[in-house]
Amino acid sequence: MSAASTAEPAFVAKTKAGRVTDFVDSRVGGSGILREFGRKVFPDHWSFMFGEVALYSFVILLLSGTFLTFFFDPSMAETHYDGSYVPLKGVEMSVAYSSSLNISFDIRGGLFMRQVHHWAALLFVASIAVHMLRVFFTGAFRRPREMNWVVGCVLLILAMAAGFTGYSLPDDLLSGNGLRIIDGVIKSIPVVGTYISFFLFGGEFPGTAIISRLYMLHILLVPALILLMIVLHLFMVVVHKHTQYPGPGRNDNNVVGYPLGPVYAAKAGGFFFIVFGVLALMAAFFTINPIWNYGPYDPSPVSAGTQPDWYIGFVDGALRLMPGTFGDWHVEQTWLGFVFTFNVLLPALVPAGILFTVMFTYPWIERWITKDNREHHVLDRPRNAPTRTGIGVAGFIWYCVMWAAAGSDLIATHFHVSLNDVTYWLRALFFIGPIIGFIVAKRVALALQRKDREIALHGRETGRIVRLPHGEFIEVHAPLDEYKRYKLVGFESPEVLPAVPNEHGVVTGNEKRRAFLSKWFFEDRVAPATPAELEAAHGHGHAAVESSEEAKSLSH
Amino acid sequence: MGNHSDGSPNHSGTVATAGQNEVEKFQDPGIPPHRLRLADTDPKAAKRAERQVALLFAISVVGTLIFLVAYFAIDLGEDSSIATIRLQNALLGVGTAFAMLGIGTGIVHWAKALMPDHEVSEERHAIRYEEDRQAAVRIVDDIVEETGIKRRPLIRNTLLGAVALAPLPAVAIFGDLGPRPDNKLAHTMWAPQDGKLKRLARDPDGTPIKAADVTIGSAFHVIPEGLNELHEGKLNEKAKAVVLLMRLDPASLHPSEGREDWGYNGIVAYSKICTHVGCPVALYEQQTHHLLCPCHQSTFDLTQECKVIFGPASRPLPQLPIAVDDEGYLVATSDFHEPVGPSYWERDMHERSINS
Repeated sequence: MSAASTAEPAFVAKTKAGRVTDFVDSRVGGSGILREFGRKVFPDHWSFMFGEVALYSFVILLLSGTFLTFFFDPSMAETHYDGSYVPLKGVEMSVAYSSSLNISFDIRGGLFMRQVHHWAALLFVASIAVHMLRVFFTGAFRRPREMNWVVGCVLLILAMAAGFTGYSLPDDLLSGNGLRIIDGVIKSIPVVGTYISFFLFGGEFPGTAIISRLYMLHILLVPALILLMIVLHLFMVVVHKHTQYPGPGRNDNNVVGYPLGPVYAAKAGGFFFIVFGVLALMAAFFTINPIWNYGPYDPSPVSAGTQPDWYIGFVDGALRLMPGTFGDWHVEQTWLGFVFTFNVLLPALVPAGILFTVMFTYPWIERWITKDNREHHVLDRPRNAPTRTGIGVAGFIWYCVMWAAAGSDLIATHFHVSLNDVTYWLRALFFIGPIIGFIVAKRVALALQRKDREIALHGRETGRIVRLPHGEFIEVHAPLDEYKRYKLVGFESPEVLPAVPNEHGVVTGNEKRRAFLSKWFFEDRVAPATPAELEAAHGHGHAAVESSEEAKSLSH
Repeated sequence: MGNHSDGSPNHSGTVATAGQNEVEKFQDPGIPPHRLRLADTDPKAAKRAERQVALLFAISVVGTLIFLVAYFAIDLGEDSSIATIRLQNALLGVGTAFAMLGIGTGIVHWAKALMPDHEVSEERHAIRYEEDRQAAVRIVDDIVEETGIKRRPLIRNTLLGAVALAPLPAVAIFGDLGPRPDNKLAHTMWAPQDGKLKRLARDPDGTPIKAADVTIGSAFHVIPEGLNELHEGKLNEKAKAVVLLMRLDPASLHPSEGREDWGYNGIVAYSKICTHVGCPVALYEQQTHHLLCPCHQSTFDLTQECKVIFGPASRPLPQLPIAVDDEGYLVATSDFHEPVGPSYWERDMHERSINS
């Protein structure tokens, strides 16, 4: 065997390009890599693109950001503006703001790059968020992907950190007020808040250090961490292989899709250019963060209708929703001579804390409730996991209420309603919104499941009405082919797992809680249709119609 | 059997059940048969798709040219107007968009219309094989054994101790990121200097304000006299010292005990820094005598000494005691009697030390 392989003559490349390729390949082992990955199969679905959008936005951020660093000067030293934007000529400002204006007005392509960078940043966080919603609602976080879900959560936080540190760099009035709010929130932290504030700002707010410190975080530390996390994220995608939507021919032991080369690589690679092109269009026609309108940072003025970038909105909104006083009772309390600023501390930390804690731990929570320790590579259609879908929608609505609260003043002025009323309504929705969202989403999911069941058993409606010999009118249903039907019936529908005693024969309190949650999760379920039912439906088409009428009268 | 009822709660919670004792499931029919595209069967359609792809790539070339022309033909000189910049920005963007979208849509169209679209199925493999796990355990055991760390606890414990302490300098070295807060937040520029009371001056030009200039219903944005002449820490001082000055009908003010002489003829001055998280409380509603913070909508009632009547702030805005000097200018008779701005841990201590 080995003799035969040594006897094989060494490969000699014929063309020049071939010789170069062979030179590299014989030194790095590219052939093996290509053999492993060149035809690797990737499932295809439009909802898998959001992660790609995030990745490509990040690449565009690196490209445009590098350009910006060549011209930006993060100094807070005072200067008088001497650029070509007339309204600010001679105005006293920081070097950081002045150089941001120069990028916008005196460097060719600078404004375009700034706009691309800012739009890409907004898209980066947005696509991460949507990608996470996709992963959550389809149950893609289940074993073996729990850790990759956590890496994704870390990426979301890092993306927000990257966004916020970058947002503050131009040292304009709007971002300066953002920093002022951050300073106020930091100062509310018990015991160490004042110290953290002084250490962050290098003394009293605003000081002369914060912009250059944020700059270092923004262009070095945070992007490096993001890059590291992306490498981890993609490495795990390769290890796990991609999930796939349920359908005929797809199961937990295979992966069905297009080979990486050429189709998938072409689609994914082409998509990078499409994302770049769309961002370029947005940068060309939609102004984002016109810092020249705001003026340099000054602690005294502020404009009405100020808004943070969208991804910080939910924290700002939570700050707005919290009442500072209840009648004459102050939420801020002084105990033992120290100040507990609950009116800031609670809204700044508690909602974000709950949101992120649940997000990070959700794969383990569900795993504990369902006792499901199997590997899942086939996704759930959201309707087939009604309670999870309800939880996701509840969280989403909770987030959106807080996010909307960050624009409470704009809602009030735009719709000509009282600002106070908007706040009262949003305060109420903060509590009842998620509950309504949960109930509605769960019921919609169950209804869709029932519809699937109906279609699987009785076929789809054709809209063709036929009159039977005895006078009855019926609508003809066309049966599904087996592939379409399998998509509707080939899912798992877990049942309630009652509490079981442990090895000592004791049902622990923890197990009781698990069983309670399991009941809450799965007591409402629609079982997938079975072949016997299909048989029965074909045999007694009328019985099914009658029973559904019966059900209607029940629900009245 | 096969009912489609709504999930009525007295029905064991199950919305729809499978037939009794049925475990049977539908069989997976496998990947659906491949359907040919138009370009697979019709050479004309294939040729057409080929031309479309080439056209998209050509559009990309045009986009690149647009970018270059816009970059070199439009020069941002000293006197370039906003319109020029806007035009250049739009053309650069359109050029880039065409260049990128041409390539992107071209490649995707090529992939979708002309590249083979047979779905293939690939086996998944175990993420970890038991065999590998056992081998890994053996290797780790060997490594641990060879280091002898289990047999030599002295080495292990001293190493742990050393490693635990080694990061301390890294923590300590950040101790100089900022000065200690001390009581810096408790004082502002309004404190009288060398016995001389500070005049109230207009923000931003710094001209002092005469009491006679303040008519009923008017409001002034105020900074302490001398702020603009500071060479260092100007913004830091301004961030604490900015004040709103308003004049109301004296009858509508209800000063509490000890504060009767903090205003002058209905002229009162309050800190402009919100007690919530420090935004400037910049909006004065003249009719209702409310002050509103545009950041989080905390609302303060001037007629009740800036008590919070709405929003997330919990404390009233601090009042600056003012009077009139012999030239008729408004002056601050003392610093604020409490720290201004957002609350912080030591705030109450500072307030007590100011008033003692």
